[in-house]
Amino acid sequence: MWGFFFIGPGLVLILLFVLWPAAQTLALSFLNKDGFAGLRNFANLFGDKAIWDPARFLRREPPWGALLHNLVWVCLHLPITVALGLFLAVLFAKAPNWVSIFRSALFLGIVTPMIVGGVVIRYLFEGHSGIIPQILGALGVGKPWSSGWMAYPETALLGLIVGSTWLWTGFSMVLHSAGLSSIDPELFEAAQIDGASEWAQFKYITVPLLRPVTIVVAVLTLFWELKIFDIVYVATMGGPGRASTVLALEMYFAGFRALDPYKASAIATLITAVSVPLGYWFAARRVRR
Amino acid sequence: MKRHTLATVVAVLVGVAWVIPFLGVVMTAFRPSHDVLYGWWRPPFRFTAKNIAGAWHHSTASLAWGLKNSAQVAVLATIIPTFLASLMAYGLVRVRFPGRASLLMAIGLLLAIPQQMVAWPLFRLMHSLGLLNSLFGLALVHSAWALPWMVFFLRGYIETLPVELEEAAFIDGANRPQTFFLIVLPLMLPALASVVVLQFTWAWNDFFLALILIYEPKKMVITQQIPLLRGQYHVDWGLLSAGAFLATLPPLLIFAFFQRYFVRGLVGGAVK
Repeated sequence: MWGFFFIGPGLVLILLFVLWPAAQTLALSFLNKDGFAGLRNFANLFGDKAIWDPARFLRREPPWGALLHNLVWVCLHLPITVALGLFLAVLFAKAPNWVSIFRSALFLGIVTPMIVGGVVIRYLFEGHSGIIPQILGALGVGKPWSSGWMAYPETALLGLIVGSTWLWTGFSMVLHSAGLSSIDPELFEAAQIDGASEWAQFKYITVPLLRPVTIVVAVLTLFWELKIFDIVYVATMGGPGRASTVLALEMYFAGFRALDPYKASAIATLITAVSVPLGYWFAARRVRR
Repeated sequence: MKRHTLATVVAVLVGVAWVIPFLGVVMTAFRPSHDVLYGWWRPPFRFTAKNIAGAWHHSTASLAWGLKNSAQVAVLATIIPTFLASLMAYGLVRVRFPGRASLLMAIGLLLAIPQQMVAWPLFRLMHSLGLLNSLFGLALVHSAWALPWMVFFLRGYIETLPVELEEAAFIDGANRPQTFFLIVLPLMLPALASVVVLQFTWAWNDFFLALILIYEPKKMVITQQIPLLRGQYHVDWGLLSAGAFLATLPPLLIFAFFQRYFVRGLVGGAVK
């Protein structure tokens, strides 16, 4: 009887503002203005060059379409942030305590609003006033690398991915650090007595024992990459010529600029269709525990 | 000892490298525009508050309004779900009722749904509820979206509390809500601190929900105003950097003062 007292109010909010609209979006993705459309909205997405343009991808001429941009994002950003975060967690654990001041710098990416992160990234790669093109220019690297990255289709997406790596690595580091501090230090001491090298300890103790944490970081990172929006919106608006557009941005354009709820819903459903199975597996692990 | 020296040097360098992009924005926010035209790292280093003032009094996107609106939304969007999630988490851990396990599973699954999945119907719903372009409406939506992760986090914490205290309260004749408010809620304070710190930061930092639900310039939250400061024909980096600086200051201060709770929430919500 008290169950409803405790669960009810929150459940109403979730039903009203999460589940009900999500169900509507799911339904809309199978409809068009003439009624039931089956999978046509999804088929249309793969015929839409702004979403899916594998031919250009094979020729390595951007834009490749939002879906491929997201996939490229995942393929570069996921392994780099997860591995770099693990490496930095180990590194900072080996450094003396006063270095934790410098460790705080990595928190900036977690604390800063993503929209500000996008501004910072754009500034980082700006032509005359951005530090990265200026450094590359001084090293003798040619255009477009030594000019404004966000102004050229060849470099815009890569610049955003590099920038998002800078923003997100701190998250990976924090979680790995927490995992690291829960490993029994006697394990490392015993390994040292047995003459195990630094690398052997990392490979045979740190990595395997942190595996559960690494998996969690990887899943949460993937969620983040699939719905990436703010930094693209403010840094490039998907440009130039859609060379850095992503699914969430195309969903916004379709829904709130072109006022096509069916296409917008299909894109949203596509993103969700990738995240929810992963989320199910993730939640099941935690509920079982 | 030698390897520690190497680790220290690399760690310091990484920390410095990580700050540089932010340093550029801070420098640009507080230096005259013509001094940073060819790089914020070049002298002369002269100070100006003109950019901050310009962003503060901006004619169409005054950050004075934005900061006030963001604060309103973030405070409401923290208080409401923290209270409701405490109730939910307690109910899910201690009160037996049919379908409890599958309800927990369903809430866990909600963590995977991206906000894009609700954008269009939510816009229509808020319109019909008269909550479009309302800061309270935005805070309600934030609250609903915060509940799943809060419930998961608080559930883990409540499970570690000794049930004997509650049983003693029952024996003394307290009912469920009395036990919750008088015994359990005070014990949850450390966990609630983490939840509050994280949720305030996330609600403050949100851009997408505000973008689709708030359209009147005077009601916009600060993250919405940042893209508007960019300028029509060329990017006004001084103004934009000043806006970015002001928008980051509140979450940064919260993090600086409550780092322990912030990290505990982040780690507890994700790793446990």
